Parts: sequence; C-alpha cells; structure tokens
Amino acid sequence: MAQTLAEKIIAKAAGVGSVKPGEIVTCKVDLAMMHDSAGPRMAGRKLDELGVPIWDLDKLVVITDHYINDDNPEHQGVQKHAHEWIKSHGIKHFINEQGICHIVLPEGGHVKPGMFIVGGDSHSVTGGAFGTFMVGIGATEMTGVLATGEIWVRVPETVKIDVTGTLKPGVAAKDVILKLCGDHGIMGFNYQALEYAGTAVSAMSVEERMTLANMAAELGAKAGYCVPDEKTDAILTKWGATDVDIATWQSDEDANFVKTVTIDGDALVPQVAAPSSPENAAPIDAHAGTKLDQAYLGACTGAKLDDLRMAAKVLKGRKIQSGFKFMISPSSLSMQEEARADGTLQIIEDAGGVILPMGCSGCIGIGPSRLEENAVGISSTNRNFVGRAGPKSSKLFLASPYTVAASAIKGAIADPREFL
Amino acid sequence: MSIIKGNAWRYGANIDTDALAPIGSYAGATNIEAGAVHCLRDMDPNFAKSVKTGDIFVATDNLGIGSSRESAPLFLKTLGIRCVVAKSFARIFYRNCFNIGLPALVCPDSRDIAMADVLKVDTSTGEIVDETQDKSFHCQPIPDHLMQIVDEGGLMPYLEKKLAKSA
Ligand code: SF4
Repeated sequence: MAQTLAEKIIAKAAGVGSVKPGEIVTCKVDLAMMHDSAGPRMAGRKLDELGVPIWDLDKLVVITDHYINDDNPEHQGVQKHAHEWIKSHGIKHFINEQGICHIVLPEGGHVKPGMFIVGGDSHSVTGGAFGTFMVGIGATEMTGVLATGEIWVRVPETVKIDVTGTLKPGVAAKDVILKLCGDHGIMGFNYQALEYAGTAVSAMSVEERMTLANMAAELGAKAGYCVPDEKTDAILTKWGATDVDIATWQSDEDANFVKTVTIDGDALVPQVAAPSSPENAAPIDAHAGTKLDQAYLGACTGAKLDDLRMAAKVLKGRKIQSGFKFMISPSSLSMQEEARADGTLQIIEDAGGVILPMGCSGCIGIGPSRLEENAVGISSTNRNFVGRAGPKSSKLFLASPYTVAASAIKGAIADPREFL
Repeated sequence: MSIIKGNAWRYGANIDTDALAPIGSYAGATNIEAGAVHCLRDMDPNFAKSVKTGDIFVATDNLGIGSSRESAPLFLKTLGIRCVVAKSFARIFYRNCFNIGLPALVCPDSRDIAMADVLKVDTSTGEIVDETQDKSFHCQPIPDHLMQIVDEGGLMPYLEKKLAKSA
C-alpha cells in the first residue's frame, strides 16, 4: 500500500506492514530525548517512583539547556539534581550545556532518517527536518517510554505543504511558517502530520528546514517533516551520524495526502506575527514602523548558524539604533563557535548586538533579554504568548532573523529587503 | 462508571500553557501546590482562589496549546478540577491530562455551557447533565485505550500494575 513517510515510519515502529490514519498503534521508540526541565527532575523522579530501570540506555539522550547560565538557586538545584540522576542511572548519552536540545540532538549524531523519536518538549518536532517522525510528549508519558520503550500513537493524516517557486532575497523559512500560522491558525493542523515539500523547500538548507519543522508545533501538528535528500545526508554525516539512508525513507509517489496546501514562494513577503500569538501573522507592511524597545535572536527556531548569517547579511557595515537593545543567544555552542570563526558574530557585534550565553533563556523570559514591564520586542523565537518572554504588560512580535536585524537598525519594525 | 459533579469554570478559546502554568511558577516543579496558585493568574485571578474540589474546567477551542509542560493540567488537578471539557484540545495537553489522571472530554457544544453551571459528568459515556440549564451535552466517548488509563487513575498507576504483571 502506498504510504507517506510519516505512515512508513510509524508502521516500522509498530512492527506492521502498513498503517492507516485514525488507527491506534503501539510503537517502539528508536530514540528518546529529554531536557533538564521535564527530564530528570520530572520524568526521572517518576521513573524512580516506579522503581524500574531505563528500557535501553543506548536509546536515551539527556540534555541540559533550559535552566542554565543563570545564578537563580532554584535553577541551579535543577542542574544539581540532573547531574546526580545522570550519574546514578548510568546515562550513556548526556549533552551538558552545549546548546538547545532540538539542535544538539542532531548535532550529536543521534538523528537519522526513518527514526521514530519522542522528545520531552513540544518543539521536538524539529527532528522532522531530517526525515524522522519525531513528536513531543509530556513528562509522565516520558516516564512510560523510559520504563517500556513504547508509546501509543494515533496515526495522523498527512498534509502536504507545497512551497512552490523560489523565495526572494530577505524571505526565509520563518516567513513560510508564519504565513501558515496566519492563514491556518495555531491549531490549523491539529493532530495531523505535515510534509513540507516543493521547490522552495528543496532549495532550503537543512537548518532552514529545521525552522519549518520546529514551528509545526505552532500549527497544532503532531509532526512536521521534510523527506531527506543529499543535503540531509551531508549535514548528518558531518555531525557524526553513520549509515544515513535517504533512499528508503521517502513518501510513495501515490501516497495518500489528506490535502495539499500550496504557498506561492515567489510571491511571499516577510511576515510579522503581532502579540500575542503566532497566528497573528501578517505581511510586514501591516506593522512596519511600529516602535520597539528591543530585538532578540534566539531559541531553537531562530539563532542557528544560518539565522545568525541572515542577520549578519542585513547588519554588515551598519549600526543598530543607538541605545536600542539587540541581544543574540546562539542556538548551540558549536554554531556559536562556527559563527565566531567565520566572522558572522563580529559583524553582529560591530553593529551593536550583544552576544548572550547560548540556551533557551530569552525564549522563556529568563536572563537579560527578558522583556521589561510595558516593553515591546521583536524576536526570531517561536511563541509570543502573554507572559512567556516577559510580564503580562510586555508585547512581543515574531519575525525572521532578517526582519529582526532590520528592526534593530531602525528601532522599529522594518522590512529587511531595503537592506539587502 | 464514574460520575463527577461540580461547578463549571467556563472559559474561551486558545488557553495556552503559559496561561495555565506561567513561567516561573513551574520552575519549582517539585512543589506543585506552590505553582498551582499562579494558574490563570493573568486571565482570571479569581480562579485559583475560588475553585473547589470536584469542579469542572470547560473551554471552547484549542485548550492547552503551547508547551509540553505537564504542570498545565497538573495545576488544574491540584486546585481541585476533576474533569476538563473542551471543543478541541492541543494534542500534548490532551495526552498529559489522561497521563496525570484527569479525564478530558471532547464536547462539540462546550460553548453552550455557562460559567458556574452545575454539571454532572459521566466519564464512561461522555454524557454531561447541566443541572442549571436543565440540558444535556454529548461528548465523544473516551477511546478504550485511554479509558484503561482513566480507570487506573493515570499512567503511573497503570504502569505500576502493568509492570508488576509482567515482572
Ligand atoms: S528555545 Fe524556547 S522553544 Fe526552543 S526548546 Fe528552548 S524554551 Fe523551548
């Protein structure tokens, strides 16, 4: 039976020949990822209550990224417990403060096309950029996976997102995904799997595809993925994965997509999501000129190497508005180092940007980039719900790294195309 | 059969996990009681103060969008909520509810339930009797594989039993 990549991966994990949307199956997970926030301190403690061992130490990766780089004693307590738990449970794969989980998991060579992966975080869908089926789960559910290696899944319908044509200079994956949020709403694809395809997606770097996959969470989707190609193979191999198989893990030509949503890549313009939901996305003209207090490049969505390079393209030879706060928290340490080595960070700093320690921080309102009372910010992160990045009175716009950088130059929301 | 009777706390659409479990309140994950008092503080400061054990949380579309943080349904349960009813749920929140032992019912007409209505919910059939309005609401029955978890009171007790059997 012809199947989508999502269906193929679920069928393999469930040990059956094929699956149909709506069916409920029990899958064996190929890999589980958890971070300091929901991992050892929640799922870990619950596993200890159950008093059973971890089902397979080779298939678990624990990452510290949420409560790092700050001196809050409560956060330090979270880290202390995490380290003790890692030790006492003989965890084999522990990535300590190297970057945000969704980035350092593939960077660590753990991810390969065809894998069925669960992550203890809603943006775990990011792994779909590599041709996996990767879903986010909560802490108790993770406890079940740690104990049994299994999880139930309702097979989702697959929707094809066809991004046609070629994205114009200054338009990025973030604009594609914000456009989808604006058109379809924050739950527009609830319970469904999204396959991002089309010429514009093929032309994207794998890091850009990660942005699409990451924000499948903001569309309510269970998973968002791209079928793997040579670029996927190249980057995963560079990151240390072995035996990457791209040929097997493709959707069948006559697979059953419940529908196809087309985005005209040629016509797409930069998008900005107004406070306080990604679904408030609109073309940049709707908000250009809105005064801002700060700009932030960060999170698993918007401070990868490619994101930093996009910002640098806009900022090269320019200065940000004087007195304006522009902060950057790279997505991972290795990406930060690469951006340091190739001069990208220098360009950003010369323009007046301040590099903060890498990690989640600003995305969840922790650290120096937390918005102040009544402050208005723009950021390359994925969520702008009330109270997430600052107090209730603060406001946050979401945009691409290009647009965030252009806005830092003007101190107001600005169209990056005038700087490219 | 399990009947839950209590007052409805009826809210609207798109209640997100940052509203249910604001950042900062859930850092102390091991102290759920201390965190729960912040539940919905920006939306309805009265909620956490006044909700009673046995009450029922009712929303319209997309309840629980956002983060995977389990403290969102856990705070509701800690404050006394015994059942959540919504027209639609965010998928991780939906699963989290069952996993922590809080039945979640999909009710297409949840918007017709009013704040403070007295409700009688039968989780095994999905039937809601609204005593205030003298009206019934029909929810989709909870799928069998989740009903097993509901019957055990959540995924933890379910796992305990399952693992003990297989041991
Ligand atoms: S950067 Fe933000 S969205 Fe990404 S994992 Fe961290 S907290 Fe979640």
